[in-house]
Amino acid sequence: MSAVIPPTPNFPAMPHSAPPPAAQRPRLNPKYLPLAATVTLFVAMATLGSVLYTGFFSTQVFLNLLIDNAFLLIVAVGMTFVILSGGIDLSVGSVVALTTMVLAALVEHRGWSPLAAVPLVLLMGTAFGAFMGFLIERFRLQPFIVTLAGMFLARGLCYLISIDSISITHEAYSELAQWRLELWEGASLSLGALIAIGVLLAALFIAHCTPFGRAVYAVGGSENSAVLMGLPVRSTLIGVYTLSGLCSALAGVVFTFYMLSGYGLHATGMELDAIAAVVIGGTLLTGGVGYVAGTLFGVLMLGIIQTLISFDGTLSSWWTRIVVGVLLFVFCLLQRLLSRRAGKPR
Amino acid sequence: MSMSEERTTPSPIAALLHHRLAWPVITLLLLLAVNTAFNASFLHIEWRDGHLYGSLIDILNRAAPLVLVSLGMTMVIATRGIDISVGAVVAIAAAVAAWLIGGSMSATESRFPLPVAILGAIGVAMLCGLWNGVLVARVGMQPIIATLILMVAGRGIAQLITDGQIITIYYTPYFFMGGGYLAGLPFSLFVAGGVFAVLYLATTRTALGLFIQAVGINPTAARVAGVQAGRLIVAAYVFCGVCAGIAGLLISSNVKSADGNNAGQLLELDAILAVTLGGTALTGGRFSLVGSVIGALIIQTLTYAIYSLGVPPEVNLVVKAAVVFIVMLLQSPEFRAQVGGLARRPSFPGAPL
Repeated sequence: MSAVIPPTPNFPAMPHSAPPPAAQRPRLNPKYLPLAATVTLFVAMATLGSVLYTGFFSTQVFLNLLIDNAFLLIVAVGMTFVILSGGIDLSVGSVVALTTMVLAALVEHRGWSPLAAVPLVLLMGTAFGAFMGFLIERFRLQPFIVTLAGMFLARGLCYLISIDSISITHEAYSELAQWRLELWEGASLSLGALIAIGVLLAALFIAHCTPFGRAVYAVGGSENSAVLMGLPVRSTLIGVYTLSGLCSALAGVVFTFYMLSGYGLHATGMELDAIAAVVIGGTLLTGGVGYVAGTLFGVLMLGIIQTLISFDGTLSSWWTRIVVGVLLFVFCLLQRLLSRRAGKPR
Repeated sequence: MSMSEERTTPSPIAALLHHRLAWPVITLLLLLAVNTAFNASFLHIEWRDGHLYGSLIDILNRAAPLVLVSLGMTMVIATRGIDISVGAVVAIAAAVAAWLIGGSMSATESRFPLPVAILGAIGVAMLCGLWNGVLVARVGMQPIIATLILMVAGRGIAQLITDGQIITIYYTPYFFMGGGYLAGLPFSLFVAGGVFAVLYLATTRTALGLFIQAVGINPTAARVAGVQAGRLIVAAYVFCGVCAGIAGLLISSNVKSADGNNAGQLLELDAILAVTLGGTALTGGRFSLVGSVIGALIIQTLTYAIYSLGVPPEVNLVVKAAVVFIVMLLQSPEFRAQVGGLARRPSFPGAPL
């Protein structure tokens, strides 16, 4: 939030929003600790599940983590860039819902071919993100409020199309949804999971190997320094929200593969899951520090909690939320302690 | 933040328009006018069944929980914070109250006496607020992420208390809070009014308001000046939690049930919107309690207008989005400068940003 507040005579909005000074050391850096903790915890939980429940340790159970959370992974990857730049995007869940709705309405009611409808909704999501990014950058508005309004708008537009759920019965579409990539021993991956993996790889490349990625980190670390360094701050800020919009729309398309319907109540609260996944993955909410790869483990962590609870059978579904809340707390605390130890004056 | 760079014309009307509450009040009056134009009996209030009856009374009654939460949110936002967990706290408080009363089918029987149920619910809400406050002020987390934790976990906790069910309450005395009438007016009005009065006096008649503004404008300077910034911030979150707890009681009493999953859904967003509409900037500092109350009334009147105009209620969200966009742009100094620049120099190519 703090990154887009113009320099005022006052202090910046969050006095502790400067990145740890140690952010550029290459190895054995405490900044890898949250990521390492996430990976360790994930492995521990997987081991626990395998020991406790028969049938847990199978390739398909782990592939299902990807299949069932493909849309969340795509959304969370987009969210990672936004949070790395120091912002936040609350509209992602609604954009996913809007995408499913528009796609379902076009394919079912208007008889469009999915080949034409999918690019259109992707374009729509991208434009939506770009619009919010433009408002945030141009008028120095708070990302929280702008994307909140975007959330209302997208959700409301869903209901303008239809209040009821629209199921997608297009033949080619259901075939795509049921298509599986066969791997070894009968294990398989869905198209959505493959798209998610593709998005993840592309995001890894963008974040670490392109000028845009480096600019995102720089802007999140300190917007003023980024300006002084001559980085394209304005286009970067608009870029991250555009990217997040595109990711949300793509996640919406994947969501229709998964649910085969469009509905205004799809993906409610997904923005929270995405933010939680990003934070658990070790990205600092103050921006500038974090990894796209961490987000993958954040999403897998949310997935494995759900899997563990469903394998247990005696625990009710609301325990998922409580456990996710506790995890969020632990990781935020860990980050606070680390950034404090890194020598920030408080 | 500063609104004083506008060209000021020294006429009384312009001076009135520059009052910070001018725009919220105009918006509210406009909405009331729209309602009256489409529904002639809108302003009509009559005495029926021993209490006042009419659309305006209905709006006030339904706005009471939102007013309460907005007051709490104003305090938090004034200290540069934000509390997105209020909706979850509403659900928790409602669940605690419902559990303490018990799901007994009898209209006169409750598991614990009513005061225990009410105090218990408010106490739990207070603990939620304390948790948020400690995370923000002592641990030093960003307010949005500190309260996000409770927002995520809170609904789970509420469902844990209600065992995943919607608890229906049959105990009649409990219904008085959200549905009863005192002196012809809904009792919830007195609750919201009482909290407002206490808070208003506390912030205007004591130094509390000044301290909170000082913390919001510059926490470091406030601390150096001897203001107990940490304690004030914790207190703001505790107060916000209590407000959400009372709102939860009102809501559950009004609908005679507690739903861990849906009680207070999106309330945090409505409350933030109400505070913003009332002219309190999200960057902290200057706050307006009256403005937040008006903001909450605007939202409720808007909802009422949408229902009574026969527009599908779902459009509500689109209208709200439009309102947020407009208010946001009007509050942005960059936008004002740019529009002002365009008005003076029509061919100016871009903003001097």
